[in-house]
Amino acid sequence: MIERAEVLHVARLARLKLAEEEVEALRRDLSEVLSHVAKIGEVAAAEVPPTAHVALAEAPLRADEPQPSLSREVALGSAPAREGEFFLVPSPQA
Amino acid sequence: MAEDLLALSALEAVEAIKRGELSAAELFSFYRDRAAQEEGGQEPLNCFCWLAERLPEGNDPSAAPLAGVPVAVKDLFCTEGIPSQAGSRILAGYRPPYTATAVARLEAAGATLLGKTNQDEFAMGSSSEYCAFGPVRNPWDRSRVPGGSSGGSAAAVAGGLAPWALGTDTGGSIRQPAALCGIVGLKPTYGAVSRYGMIAFASSLDQAGPMTRTVTDAALLLSHLAGRDPRDATSVGLPEPISLPTAEGLGGLGRNGPLRLGIPAELLAGEGVEPGVKTAFERALAVAEQLGAQIVEGVSLPHAPHALSAYYVLAPAEASSNLARYDGVRYGLRVEGDGLVDTYERTRAEGFGPEVKRRIMLGTYVLSAGYYDAYYAQAQRVRTLIVEDFRSAFSEVDLIVCPTAAGVAFPLGAKRDDPWAMYMNDYFTVPMSLAGIPAISIPCGLVEVEGKELPVGLQLAGPHFSEQLLLEAAYALEQALGFSGRQGWV
Amino acid sequence: MGIGEGRFEPVIGLEIHVQLATKTKLFCGCRNAFGDPPNTNICPVCLGLPGALPVANREAVRFALMIGAALGSDLAERSVFHRKNYFYPDLPKGYQISQYDLPLCRGGELEGVRIQRVHLEEDAAKLIHYGGSGRIHGSELSMVDFNRGGTPLVEIVTHPDLRSPEQAGQWLRLLRATLKELGVSDVNMEEGSLRVDANVSVRPVGSDRLGTKTELKNLNSFRYLERGLAAEIARQIKLLEEGEEVSQETVHFDPESGRLTVMRSKEEAHDYRYFPEPDLPPVQIDQGLIEEARAAVGELPAERIRRYEALGVAPHHARTLGFRPELAAYFEEALAEAEGVGPARLGSWVVEELAPRLGEGVEPLQGAAKPAAFAALVAMVEGKRLSTAAARTVLEELVAKGGHPEQIVAREGLEALGDGERLRQLVAEAIAANPQAAEKVKAGELKAIGPIVGHVMRTTKGRADGAAVQELIKEQLGV
Repeated sequence: MIERAEVLHVARLARLKLAEEEVEALRRDLSEVLSHVAKIGEVAAAEVPPTAHVALAEAPLRADEPQPSLSREVALGSAPAREGEFFLVPSPQA
Repeated sequence: MAEDLLALSALEAVEAIKRGELSAAELFSFYRDRAAQEEGGQEPLNCFCWLAERLPEGNDPSAAPLAGVPVAVKDLFCTEGIPSQAGSRILAGYRPPYTATAVARLEAAGATLLGKTNQDEFAMGSSSEYCAFGPVRNPWDRSRVPGGSSGGSAAAVAGGLAPWALGTDTGGSIRQPAALCGIVGLKPTYGAVSRYGMIAFASSLDQAGPMTRTVTDAALLLSHLAGRDPRDATSVGLPEPISLPTAEGLGGLGRNGPLRLGIPAELLAGEGVEPGVKTAFERALAVAEQLGAQIVEGVSLPHAPHALSAYYVLAPAEASSNLARYDGVRYGLRVEGDGLVDTYERTRAEGFGPEVKRRIMLGTYVLSAGYYDAYYAQAQRVRTLIVEDFRSAFSEVDLIVCPTAAGVAFPLGAKRDDPWAMYMNDYFTVPMSLAGIPAISIPCGLVEVEGKELPVGLQLAGPHFSEQLLLEAAYALEQALGFSGRQGWV
Repeated sequence: MGIGEGRFEPVIGLEIHVQLATKTKLFCGCRNAFGDPPNTNICPVCLGLPGALPVANREAVRFALMIGAALGSDLAERSVFHRKNYFYPDLPKGYQISQYDLPLCRGGELEGVRIQRVHLEEDAAKLIHYGGSGRIHGSELSMVDFNRGGTPLVEIVTHPDLRSPEQAGQWLRLLRATLKELGVSDVNMEEGSLRVDANVSVRPVGSDRLGTKTELKNLNSFRYLERGLAAEIARQIKLLEEGEEVSQETVHFDPESGRLTVMRSKEEAHDYRYFPEPDLPPVQIDQGLIEEARAAVGELPAERIRRYEALGVAPHHARTLGFRPELAAYFEEALAEAEGVGPARLGSWVVEELAPRLGEGVEPLQGAAKPAAFAALVAMVEGKRLSTAAARTVLEELVAKGGHPEQIVAREGLEALGDGERLRQLVAEAIAANPQAAEKVKAGELKAIGPIVGHVMRTTKGRADGAAVQELIKEQLGV
């Protein structure tokens, strides 16, 4: 139901590196799951409004008042790589 | 003495501490030592991925409402300075700089953190086998799963390693392990408990809730958990404070007299319920009738059989987005690759387990161009229909009643290679999650399988904000079924 | 101009990002401040830590509604946030919270250019080349500062109603002045609080079909915008004239070299997988908030310009006054006090003479030259009691020290000389003193009149009216 090329495309969208064995296993698993979930297509629902939120709240809006921030040390404390005051990452253009 | 301590429910422990018969420190040490010992033994339950060393210094907690009684907390709750890894390698070693509101509320009420419990990675699973820290075992039969994803919390309570625990439920992750472990588990109305600091799986479905030995303990814990949190825009709290249940029967609990318990026709007509579960369920219904309830057969929830499919579109979709932040930039695991994209891909490939990868892939697919309308949008429309189904059903009955799970605890490894079979564990719990309505699972019987007794759970579900009614009905049933106190270590 | 003339006309639409001047970020209470030390205005929410949740800033919503109100948009009663999913190091959650099909404001118009939508979204963090030059090409590593991440942006999208780079530049200047006057943003292009991308296409003159458009990004100043647009339009016209097709691409304009580079994307086009943000229920905009937003919108530049033009102020003066509310306020006070002088001359003097003489950062109404005094001065010019040159001298003193023009004129003896007998005599003397210039003028070289005029002005200390002097010289020389 889902092709190998689609699996690779989705993996790229999701930034997941798949080992060769994984590609076929995922293709099988996803196909199986999709064959079940696709059954929602049998429900006649064209006129039904979608539910995006079951929240019973209206979105509360926050007052524009500053709250304490994290200290830089705490925030950078978990960083896998840092340089002084900054987080360090491989460059997007490299 | 030890048996006495072990036998105390959380409420009884609170009362004992307040009467001065017991100190919080003593109780803490008792459970802490039991947990440590368990984890060091043969075939350990593997409930805890982190255990507190000692009771935190500070004021005497006995004056506080929860009197210093220790609580086990599912690992995906952020606890400041304490590892919070959501059962995943991608968060190995991560210590958050803040504490989840749900946990903070319990601590403010005087509970102490006993430890963080093991779970399916990012709450994705129904067996607690997909944990970075190894599978959790069921105290009733250590060759079997405790259910999931809050399996660590369930096993800790059922195994007598914690008086009570905090879990989370997205499609059944509190209720199903509660059923498989013979304890009480409650999923509140969506929005009753703050999600701030709960590592997110599926935002429109996740809810925190109590996992306890007794219904009364669940009420007590819920009463401190619930509340609107300005940091969570989806939280509303509960309109009325929760009080400890007292109902002696079910005859007067209904809107018009006897409590009307509706059996959902389509759900039970569908997938095969194991004979032992069916028997236990029917016996429980008989008890309910004796207590004055009216059992209403054939209540229609026409779209409920599609709930699982809709859920496995919506939840993975939200998860695929919620888990995009795990990219190795600011925290957690980073696997250096050849440039940025390769680093992302390797980090996530190594950090995520197979079930999480499956769901991320599934979720990304159903949101992607060309598929959004047929899958995601359609699932949202089915969700609307399910909300309507329940609303309509609750105009005829007070509560819906059904088994929590179609089967009892299954052997470790039995369903690992069959994703859909694993997903079927959520068949009876997912509809309530989609509708955002509250539901509770209580132990209602035992089934003998290969020489071991395995618990069966009964699920009650009610309209939004019907927690008090659920607790009252569950309490009355619990007393009549005589199950409280029979735990997995007996 | 060259562009658009002949066979093709340009079709331009703009996408403008405005950084709002709220105190805090869009979804958390961290400070929204430019230039703070890196990674100090951050919290679990804007850092995308596990378990953190967004809560929307009411002031940001109000500002967005004000912008919509100012642009004549329809203001939504119910608006939804969406997630826009993609991976980039400046995007901590791996998605941006933005708006999709239910934005806060829809439609609207400003000076003939229709608005499609106005919506709220959070800004990305800042990526810096490891080495500090600010560009990210050619480096192996980048540094990330999350201070800017999560600050509120309003995105304004126009219909492709603009027809030339100049028009686009003018229109953007008006938008900028409007936003500045609303007080919702610093709208400073250099600091990045106003960012513009353009969608550009060309089509044969007279056609109403749209050609293929390209996207021109990151135009950091008005000049770059106009030059970039001109270059891209020329590029597209050349392609079409050579029988080629325009491809839908992103184009980068380098202002240093004036060159356009087509960005060939290394990856597939983004699939943003938009879906409604589950952590934020729909925003119900109550009537109170809508009224607050509308009430906060005073007279805007476009209206003010029209009003002044209707009074008779020259269009280019009206435009300057329209863009600068502090000058406009001064102008109106002066107008109220004025006798014997009208809006046209007064407007001209405010823009051309007063404004350049005010110091940096001086509020016109707070300066020493009071509106009543100023109006009286300009009335003296209007009534020819004072020459322009003399009036400028008086104005300098008014600006420096204050006072009243009548007194200054009397004290300095600056009263205009008119064109009477005394002036004729001085003109005759000036002609006599400049025989070579006089000969040239008689021979037809009118430019040579300058030194003779200058002579008269010097001897009269500027009290003569330059135009009258010229006439008298020409009369006396018989030309």
